[in-house]
Amino acid sequence: MWAQEVAFWIIAVAMAGAAIGVVRSNNVVHAALFLVVVLAGSAAQYILLLAEFVAWVQVLIYIGAIVVLFLFGVMLTRAPMREEAGKLDNNQRLASGVVALFLFGVLTMFLVDAFHGDEVKFKDSLVQLGSTNNIGNSIFHDYVIPFEVVSMLLLAALVGAVALARRD
Amino acid sequence: MPINYFLILSAFLFCTGAYGVMARRNSVLVLMSIELMLNAVNLNLVAFSTHLENVSGQVFALFVITIAAAEVGIGLAIVLLIYRNLRSPDLDQVEQLKG
Repeated sequence: MWAQEVAFWIIAVAMAGAAIGVVRSNNVVHAALFLVVVLAGSAAQYILLLAEFVAWVQVLIYIGAIVVLFLFGVMLTRAPMREEAGKLDNNQRLASGVVALFLFGVLTMFLVDAFHGDEVKFKDSLVQLGSTNNIGNSIFHDYVIPFEVVSMLLLAALVGAVALARRD
Repeated sequence: MPINYFLILSAFLFCTGAYGVMARRNSVLVLMSIELMLNAVNLNLVAFSTHLENVSGQVFALFVITIAAAEVGIGLAIVLLIYRNLRSPDLDQVEQLKG
């Protein structure tokens, strides 16, 4: 059990530091690379939670596709690579920091109040729960209509992105 | 292992993302902060899925990942359009709906 806790804390500290890097970095490309660390960290947390299929989808879609899209966005908007401090931020940094800290405090207070003492118990049956077989069964039996709706949404997003970005 | 570990890490990621959405000027960075928030939600869903031994949380995490991909596609197309019209990716330049 303690090995999982140690792994959790190492990954969590890396994720928290990289998340702060995403919102504080003065270089857009560095922010995208910090985002890769956060996303890979959450894939590792999914492995820790025995959700292997979600973890690999996270690696393929988030790190493989979404970050590449972000880098294309950075390239196409000619975002400056080297920037003096604060140029990428607006002038409400202090207020945003106060709001975010307040939100974090309130969320932590309620979470500790609601879920203290609840333990995640890692059992052998959970490996079966997160397997590709089980998830595929669930998607195509219980969630087949949401699945179809999501495929329509992806098609609409594809057409919409082409229609928006096309030069006439 | 207490489930609160995962929930508080997720709350931290969410609040960092919220800070980024409020404090960033560059539109690509705002989209990245939104990704942080969506990712925090996914961590919560998977943690509860394992805790309650119910696969629905993981299926919903997959749906959220799909929606995030669609959102980034559309979002970057809009960012590109803003850049093309205003010659700048900064969100505080966007002051009117009719360009």
